[in-house]
Amino acid sequence: MLDIAKIRADFPILEKQVHKKTLAYLDNGATTLKPNQVVSAVEKHYKEECSNIHRGIHWLSERATESYEATRGKVKELINADSTDNIVFTSGTTAGVNLVVQSYGRNKLNAGDEVIISAMEHHANIVPWQMLRDEKGIVIKVVPVFEDGSLDMEAYYSLISDKTKFISIMYVSNVLGTINPMQEICDKANELGIPVLVDAAQAIAHMPVDVQELNCTFMVFSAHKMYGPTGVGVLYGKTEYLEAMPPVTGGGDMILSVSFDKTVYNVAPYKFEAGTPNIAGVIALGAAIDYIQSFDWKEVEEREEELIEYAHEQLQEIPGLKIIGTAKNKSGAVSFTMKDIHPHDIGTIVDRSGVAIRTGHHCAQPLMESFGIVATARASFAIYNTKEEVDQLVKALKKVQEIFA
Amino acid sequence: MKNQLYQQTVLKHNREPRNYGDLDPCSHHAEGFNPLCGDEVKVYMQVENDEVKEIKFTGKGCAVSQASASIMTTALVGKKLDEARGQFNDFMKMASGEKQDPEGEIAAFAGISQFPSRVKCAVLSWQTFNAALEGADNTISTE
Repeated sequence: MLDIAKIRADFPILEKQVHKKTLAYLDNGATTLKPNQVVSAVEKHYKEECSNIHRGIHWLSERATESYEATRGKVKELINADSTDNIVFTSGTTAGVNLVVQSYGRNKLNAGDEVIISAMEHHANIVPWQMLRDEKGIVIKVVPVFEDGSLDMEAYYSLISDKTKFISIMYVSNVLGTINPMQEICDKANELGIPVLVDAAQAIAHMPVDVQELNCTFMVFSAHKMYGPTGVGVLYGKTEYLEAMPPVTGGGDMILSVSFDKTVYNVAPYKFEAGTPNIAGVIALGAAIDYIQSFDWKEVEEREEELIEYAHEQLQEIPGLKIIGTAKNKSGAVSFTMKDIHPHDIGTIVDRSGVAIRTGHHCAQPLMESFGIVATARASFAIYNTKEEVDQLVKALKKVQEIFA
Repeated sequence: MKNQLYQQTVLKHNREPRNYGDLDPCSHHAEGFNPLCGDEVKVYMQVENDEVKEIKFTGKGCAVSQASASIMTTALVGKKLDEARGQFNDFMKMASGEKQDPEGEIAAFAGISQFPSRVKCAVLSWQTFNAALEGADNTISTE
């Protein structure tokens, strides 16, 4: 059993009073809070081993390099990658998608080639492809989403043709909470030899993710949605792909030798890590992985399922409240609207009750359009959340109703 | 719950906005967007002899943005342009936290600077009014 009191003690910010109310932090889809272990890792790096990596031959640099590279090993274990060479550190999910688009996409895709994404993608998995479309004339095909928030898998199959050259789809929707049938999506892509990118930003802290089992070509995620620091992310890529891809940013660790005539690029993953990276951040990501790995996935999933179910039950009791996204398989988030009350008004009022939720379009405007709404309010959960916090939200939502009655 | 932002005045104007609709023809017109939340306001004016003869708006969005637009139209109609510009400046100053002594229903937004994430909602219609008046750019964005 997860010891929630012990877990909550790892997150001192949870004791904070907001507008003189105990904070209920239900905005984990945007970013999770950071445990002491992660904060200490940042502090430890700067206090005890602050140095640049891969270039110093002195003691401090060796220690920093060791800690930095140790995280690569931890990521490899977390997602069951074949080798640490498959793990590229980025600044986040968005940077990971952009790297794939700018390196693989720009070099391998041509006018008329089709890329399949889904209607529930957040902007980070739409806009980079549109930029490539404008540059190269590729065609973007979009898998629609059913009313309940699940992906139309028949449409997915029907969109695939011999023109399909890439598939890029999120594992879990940040708005709807839907868990997409990623294995099925990857199986079909692999059967046809189409590279597939899995955006695991909203999955990585909520369920075990196995890149070898999925057999995906690429996977991207961010440290800050898995109890780690902001400004750090991971791109996983299959060896043969990473090796063939050119770097997109020049300088620093991505180089083996430079003369004014010629530059020899480093091998993957280093050729994608130009400049001095977020060293403390990567080290702290390692601490976040240790933290996640200290729990049993089964217990984490059960706990979160229980919370989501409870939130659904309680929220449905509120007259006029409509849950957006009721797919059978859900994780992490519950989005809702309340009649004609704008979600930003909901957000401000519940904030005054100490409840932090996200309101707006969640960087997924096309998805909002497909549901005929401009925005939703979203409660999203993490390992430290409790049913009492859901109750606090429900109580705050009743105040919203009173005010707008 | 004591909540300075959602006073009865704001809720009333949100529920029953004044001067809602368009003016065709009109002498001044502009559209304003808040891309963060999708709020939009369109302001239409008939200006004659340096006076805001008529002013109307359409839009959709949160209670704060819609009430602010509604209250703005009631405050500006019949005003000389100099006066209207002055009210715009006063409202913007109030929104940025500079102490003002607003008169009438505008006072409902006196505490808006205490809600930094909502300031854009309140100023959207005013900025759109200003854009319409100055005619510099017919589409404005709060971002």
